[in-house]
Amino acid sequence: MLLEIKNLHAGIDGKEILKGLNLQINKGEVHAIMGPNGSGKSTLAKVLAGHPSYEITQGEVVYEGKDLLELEPDERARSGIFLAFQYPVEVPGVSNSQFLRLAYNEKMKHRGEEELDPLEFNDYMREKAKVVEMDKSFFNRSVNVGFSGGEKKRNEILQMAVLAPTLAVLDETDSGLDIDALRIVAEGVNKLRSADNAIILVTHYQRLLNYIEPDFVHVLANGKIVKEGGKELALELEEKGYDWVKSANAK
Amino acid sequence: MQTGKETIYNAEFRRRFENSNQPDWLKNLREKAFAYFTENNFPAVQSEEWKYTNVAPVAKENFQVADAANYTEAEIAPFVFDESKRSVLVFTNGNYNENLSNLEALGAAKILSFAEAATDENYAPIFQARLGSLVDSEKNGFTALNTAFIGEGVFFLVPKNVKIDAPVQFLFVTEDGKVSFPRILIVAEEFAEATFVETYVRSEETRYLTNTVVEVSISGEAKIKHYRVQRESHQAFHISTTAAEIHRGSVYDTTAITLGARLSRHDVGLTFNSEGGEAFVDGLYFLGGAQHHDTHSVIRHNVPNCTSHQTYKGILNDQSRGVFNGKVFVAVGASGTDGYQSNKNLLLSNEARVDTKPQLEIFNDDVKCSHGATVGQLEEEELFYLLSRGLNETLARNLLTYGFAEEIVDKISIESIKKQLDEAVLNRLNANLEA
Ligand SMILES: Nc1ncnc2c1ncn2[C@@H]1O[C@H](COP(=O)(O)OP(=O)(O)O)[C@@H](O)[C@H]1O
Ligand SMILES: [Mg+2]
Repeated sequence: MLLEIKNLHAGIDGKEILKGLNLQINKGEVHAIMGPNGSGKSTLAKVLAGHPSYEITQGEVVYEGKDLLELEPDERARSGIFLAFQYPVEVPGVSNSQFLRLAYNEKMKHRGEEELDPLEFNDYMREKAKVVEMDKSFFNRSVNVGFSGGEKKRNEILQMAVLAPTLAVLDETDSGLDIDALRIVAEGVNKLRSADNAIILVTHYQRLLNYIEPDFVHVLANGKIVKEGGKELALELEEKGYDWVKSANAK
Repeated sequence: MQTGKETIYNAEFRRRFENSNQPDWLKNLREKAFAYFTENNFPAVQSEEWKYTNVAPVAKENFQVADAANYTEAEIAPFVFDESKRSVLVFTNGNYNENLSNLEALGAAKILSFAEAATDENYAPIFQARLGSLVDSEKNGFTALNTAFIGEGVFFLVPKNVKIDAPVQFLFVTEDGKVSFPRILIVAEEFAEATFVETYVRSEETRYLTNTVVEVSISGEAKIKHYRVQRESHQAFHISTTAAEIHRGSVYDTTAITLGARLSRHDVGLTFNSEGGEAFVDGLYFLGGAQHHDTHSVIRHNVPNCTSHQTYKGILNDQSRGVFNGKVFVAVGASGTDGYQSNKNLLLSNEARVDTKPQLEIFNDDVKCSHGATVGQLEEEELFYLLSRGLNETLARNLLTYGFAEEIVDKISIESIKKQLDEAVLNRLNANLEA
């Protein structure tokens, strides 16, 4: 098993948000996590990436047989975890290519593999940029600065392509995308999907799942998984609305 | 001790003054300035303008006023930018050194030593009219002393319609134990274009005082870039004043980079004297150890429809201390003024400290002015973003700090300066981001 989350309780500033969450993920699988606003989807994503603001009060997370919660955020990243942020951060003064090359080389160093010099990396990045049809004019611009909402999301997937994670968590990568951008991003993710990695797709809407077909759908409400099923669950949810699961949860 | 100090300057001043064959107007200017210094001495912290910068350590030193210095071309060469190899003016101990300078790419400019300018039949009148017209010699003890010791300065004139392509580098070196008084007067005539770079350097950790005054007079429709890169010894003192006047439709773009000196102060003042001028006044101070730097800027919008943009950034590590005081005056008649001022500081250590005070004084309603100052640490969300991509914490912090500096370094349009500054910033961060 790639990732196993057992009875996870986590919160922020003393407020509990995840209230006993369980999830199991194998390589080669795509899991969709859906749920109403405020149900704790982003909290789960950030907890997996190791955001320091969240406290884990109970439970465990095992990744590749190791206790994930013991690892610092950068160690998690180097061991193959990647979070595509719901709100990607702007980093003024640092170019996209400089940033990504450092990140890529840190990972290579960690694996004992060969690092790339700026010229080699540029070729590599150019290749990866095709995945999300991103123009190379973005390489020398400061990370996310002055990018439109859609460009930021695409940039996240470019980073995913470059870093080739084992477990990618995409937090509402579809929000703020128009239909063309959504298609490009979804196709990009599909290209990156393989038997050696797993993807957690966090989304509020079913729309994305028309493009990226999940193997499993989990519905998160009030900090817990309240319903699980195959991709048809997403359609059912679309039809019946989140009130359906909320009331299911209440029972 | 104060009186001892006055005696040193006093004797030196008298000797130089009496041996000088400068014209009377210049001698009068100098004598008046020296009288001011004798009366007022160096500024004290009781003075509002010097509240956060105590220059008592400068006053205590026994620096010698020096003439020539024995630098060889080989010693100077490493400090000359590639782009300026044929357009460099070297000042040793504050005196223009023609032998070490190279003016090959500056044929279109009129470059005169002060001695020549004072007697030149064409240029003496303009030299007399402008020298000391932009800087108040009686502003404080430092400008007074610089004026009192005016000697081998340089008058640099860019004639009407002339565009100088090569960046003009002014390179200043001062010997251990010496005080230098570099003085430059730049006059850009109508439609002139040029780039100037003041560079203050040292070859080793020595102790001295540089006390500079640079005046820049820009006529209509001229475009002047003016960078200053201060990389003095970390034992040294550096006090400098830049004063510019901007006329109709001209653009003055200046960036001050401060990396060196134990204690430094830069006063930058500019005045819009006719409509439609535009100025960019930017700076970066990157301090560590026990360094202290103070920038005081004054921008005077005396006339309508001028624009000034000011962005100063500070990075402070260890126990260093920064001061920023920026004033923008908008006179009663200056309608249509557009003034922007920002000062952002990044504290890398708990012991570092900065005092920042942006000020707007506006006496006209029809203006667009804004200002702001911040003092803070690196953004936690930016840091997490970098960590989440696998950068270790040191690397992530260094990269963010570098990014903070880049906004200013990036404004410099000369590649080798940019490269040198990038390296300096990275060195400071003790990191090799290129690896
Ligand atoms: N920094 C924070 N401080 C306090 N409450 C927070 C913070 N971040 C999120 N929350 C709260 O936690 C809950 C879950 O938020 P989040 O995980 O962002 O939900 P989702 O991504 O599913 O919309 C919400 O009620 C939200 O208001
Ligand atoms: Mg969310």
